[in-house]
Amino acid sequence: MRPPGEPRRVAYLYILPGLAVFVAFVLAPLVHAGWISLFQWDGITAGEWVAFDNYKAVVTDPQLRSAFLHALVLLIFYSFLPIVIGLLLAAAMSRAPVRGLAGFRTILFLPQVIALVVVAVMWRMIYAPDGGLINGALSAVGLGSLQQNWLGSFNLALPAVGLVGTWVMYGLAMVLFTAGVQKIPQSLYDAARVDGAGPVREFFAVTLPGLRNELAVAMSLSVITALRAFDIIFVTTKGGPGNATTVPSLLIYQRAFITGEVGSAAAIGAIMGAIILLLSVVITRVVEERR
Amino acid sequence: MRPVRTAVISTVAVLSLAGCGASPGGSGNDTAKNAEQAKQNSKKIDVSKAGNVTLTVWDQEVRGGQAKEIKQLNAAFQAKYPNVKIKRVAKSFDDLNTTLKLAVSGSKAPDVVEANQGRQVMGQLVKGGLLTPLDAYSDAYGWGDRYSKVLLDLNRFSDDGKQFGSGSLYGVSQMGEIVGVYYNKDKVSSPPTTFKDFEAQLQKAKAAGEVPISFGNLDPFAGIHEFQTVQNQYAKPDAVRDFVFARNGATFDTPENQQAATTLQDWAKKGYFTPNFNGTGYDPAWQQFAKGKGPFLIAGTWLTSDLADNMGDKVGFMLMPPPNEGDDPVSLGGESLPFAITSKSKNKDVAAAYIDFLTDAQAGAVLVDTDNLPAMKTEAQPSGGVSQEVTQAWKTLNEKQGLVPYLDYATPTFYDDVSGAIQRLLAEKDQPKGFTQDVQKDYSKFTESM
Repeated sequence: MRPPGEPRRVAYLYILPGLAVFVAFVLAPLVHAGWISLFQWDGITAGEWVAFDNYKAVVTDPQLRSAFLHALVLLIFYSFLPIVIGLLLAAAMSRAPVRGLAGFRTILFLPQVIALVVVAVMWRMIYAPDGGLINGALSAVGLGSLQQNWLGSFNLALPAVGLVGTWVMYGLAMVLFTAGVQKIPQSLYDAARVDGAGPVREFFAVTLPGLRNELAVAMSLSVITALRAFDIIFVTTKGGPGNATTVPSLLIYQRAFITGEVGSAAAIGAIMGAIILLLSVVITRVVEERR
Repeated sequence: MRPVRTAVISTVAVLSLAGCGASPGGSGNDTAKNAEQAKQNSKKIDVSKAGNVTLTVWDQEVRGGQAKEIKQLNAAFQAKYPNVKIKRVAKSFDDLNTTLKLAVSGSKAPDVVEANQGRQVMGQLVKGGLLTPLDAYSDAYGWGDRYSKVLLDLNRFSDDGKQFGSGSLYGVSQMGEIVGVYYNKDKVSSPPTTFKDFEAQLQKAKAAGEVPISFGNLDPFAGIHEFQTVQNQYAKPDAVRDFVFARNGATFDTPENQQAATTLQDWAKKGYFTPNFNGTGYDPAWQQFAKGKGPFLIAGTWLTSDLADNMGDKVGFMLMPPPNEGDDPVSLGGESLPFAITSKSKNKDVAAAYIDFLTDAQAGAVLVDTDNLPAMKTEAQPSGGVSQEVTQAWKTLNEKQGLVPYLDYATPTFYDDVSGAIQRLLAEKDQPKGFTQDVQKDYSKFTESM
């Protein structure tokens, strides 16, 4: 007699259906993409074996290099800023009961609900140099000299696009954190206050440590969103002006579907996948598991 | 336990690797030989005796007059030949271009597709042996007489896909398009007759506090149009054609192109364009012009009906005036996406008859009726207004061989290369000399790999 719970061979049979689907639709395409990335292939005629040239190009091709750099900048806007804002909002909401909290939360969460393409179209209008909301508001209050060519300036376009990401992501962070805050026992706050902690001290001593798990989730999600950023950039700037806002996912699309550089697109995809995997592992290890 | 686990893992591995093992895209076919064979099998047939046929057609004629025109002609064709059913798949321009390669190389390829000119789409399809050369049909139906040489050349490739602008004919187009100068008749009392005169009027408009040229370059194809419109006043048309077709050792780094870049950058410096043009969208820019914000708009004839709707008889159209009065005009322009026949089509002869139907004299009349500019020679004439000015300009350009093709046809990546470079030039991130060198560098990457 085998004790219950002991692994049996038949278990493999149970996981087989799921495994088969996983292999057919995830693993096999993944391996196939890795294989394609070793070729110079236009998507139609026979590919030419180039080994790791497509990967080397990530370092040597200035366009690719700058795309990865832009992705790093976007990390600040898509991940760091939303988490900071989300934490502030959660901390504010945790300290005092806010009248109509559910309403506020819904409104602040709305950007997360809207389809990204709609968000992008909307922000393209908001950023329009002539007749856009921001420049219009600036001139209405007599600050016309601060008007900017938001999406058309080589220096401003990337931060401008990044801020759209901040606007989209902070709601998610906030909802995660406010939910997390409610889980922290009130006694901890009481104890902190008895010990004479101010709001800042309370935040760092009680709220932040209590939100460790939520922080890990928010970071993983937002980092992945940042590195995959495509919709917003595709609709607002298409990578322009010049190459000021190109990101890896935009290049994957262009190379795979437009310019016939499928091998290179697959290589960029593989690298992006590896980076995302690595960051996720690091985030969960560092933030979540350290207890 | 161990063997089972190993078996599972190795099964997974084998399945995963099933996609590998061969070069993607399979073995190289002898495309030139296949093309030769296709030509011999082509013939003009009586469609009504072809039996029941379903033609699958992929096109991007989805806007306004284009949608009207194609629906009308499709209905007429099916009425004429009840045995033919047209299964139309309408897509936007971008969607068509990005999905066409996969569709045409798949096992259920459509019969007729609109394959955009240039190396990005048509060139790659021809290289892969996925399109049928149409020369035999062209001879049988007389397509060669319908179009000027410039227009036919745009749809030509050598059968190996290497030479662009010569070789076999791979498609024919319905509509012509010109990138010219629209002007507001309230603000331009006498249209300029020389390029210098045009610049003088820009200066006058600027001094009067107007936006001389409405221009939005957030969608960067607009920059290509502005640049080429200026370039054509300096560079010889054949030089630009040689460059686009990559022949006779053409290069971008020429004194003429530097002059054009200098002039264009100069216009930007002097504020002749919409302020913050690099951050302004294409549509908002021409809409400003339509609202009467400034005297000129450099744009394609696809805007004619929109502008006429908004401005009535206040809008005029002209070709950019040449450096010397009376010189033959040269202008950026071309033709709509050509209809082509896929290699995998089982009904090539019927498909050819369909394409013939879309581009014959009757079709020309339908095109005029639906506010389109027919590319082919036709007697049909629009009744007046700006459409008539456009039609007149089209005739002149075709007679004088003054049409110059879009630069972005030149290499598969050239649209991004040149449009980004123009954005940099106009933002003064790049000087004219550096601009032509950078563009040439991108271009030679392709030509050297041919």
